[in-house]
Amino acid sequence: MKKVKIYVTLKPEVLDPQGKVIMNTLHTLGYKDISEVRASKFFEVTINSDDEKYIKNEIDEICDKVLANPNIETYRFEILSYPNKSV
Amino acid sequence: MKYNIIIFPGSNCDYDSYYAVKKIMHADADYVWHKDTELKNPDCVILPGGFSYGDYLRAGAIAKFSPIMQEVIKFAKSGGLVIGICNGFQMLTETGLLLGTLLQNKSLLFVCKHQYIKIVNNETPFTNLLQKGDVLDIPIAHNEGNYYIDKIGLQRLNDNQQIVFQYCNKNGDVNDRANPNGAISNIAGIINEKGNVLGMMPHPERVSDPSLNLIDPLSIPIISGRSPTLHSFGNGARTGGQAIFKSIENYIIHKLKI
Repeated sequence: MKKVKIYVTLKPEVLDPQGKVIMNTLHTLGYKDISEVRASKFFEVTINSDDEKYIKNEIDEICDKVLANPNIETYRFEILSYPNKSV
Repeated sequence: MKYNIIIFPGSNCDYDSYYAVKKIMHADADYVWHKDTELKNPDCVILPGGFSYGDYLRAGAIAKFSPIMQEVIKFAKSGGLVIGICNGFQMLTETGLLLGTLLQNKSLLFVCKHQYIKIVNNETPFTNLLQKGDVLDIPIAHNEGNYYIDKIGLQRLNDNQQIVFQYCNKNGDVNDRANPNGAISNIAGIINEKGNVLGMMPHPERVSDPSLNLIDPLSIPIISGRSPTLHSFGNGARTGGQAIFKSIENYIIHKLKI
């Protein structure tokens, strides 16, 4: 069994108004050195397999089909041993 | 003339659509539940507004996998008319029947108001009784209406005349101030390349009943454009919403070639 951490982020060319508002707030609070904030989505998926190649294929498929919209988003993921140890 | 209106968990404009086409337009209409696996012999399918599946993940993303959507996709690919309104538009982009994506409004606010839209393409099954440049007042109510497409995609939409409606002001000027959500090129509605699938953020079903035209109940909520009078507009349509539904009926009944 493995745990997969999946990050779905907006492509750089897609405007992220949420990130912009957060950045403005940070500037208001005095964190003037922050030059960009991009909000994104994070999924934690547990999968009943230990075969890394199989997992990679399946997660790619899930991301392409469901979790990410290829028009506007890209994704990356890390496969961790269950429950928490990095492999 | 028969409509099928698909109901998803979280749809909330299903009855408005039913009321508009059945009670106002006097067409046949049937509801179809999202778990059904067959359509009920429609001339046109309506994907209504709302928050299907709570808009979880992305608006329209989960509805794409409903059993009935596989039938709607087949119907659309065989040339059947499909109109997606608001959440329905979001479903159509998620399924890939329409290009682009509806992002969160630039303002990060839910926008609910009257909105002027301009007819950019009147040679469609959905706008054939209108004229290019006509301005309709059709309300919007959405959080994710900010239409986005990359430059190449936008070029494609322009080249194929797939942009049907643009947000504008009362005089038909298309500019940033008239853009309620940040949509690229003020896009309010598009069709697919074949022309049989329309997605639009504004709600024509909400301005179909003439009594909802509060300014002047006997006139129409169109303000300018080249068909400002009741009868020259949309073949006797009395509201902007009626003009769209009448166009659909006109297309189906007269088997127009567009």
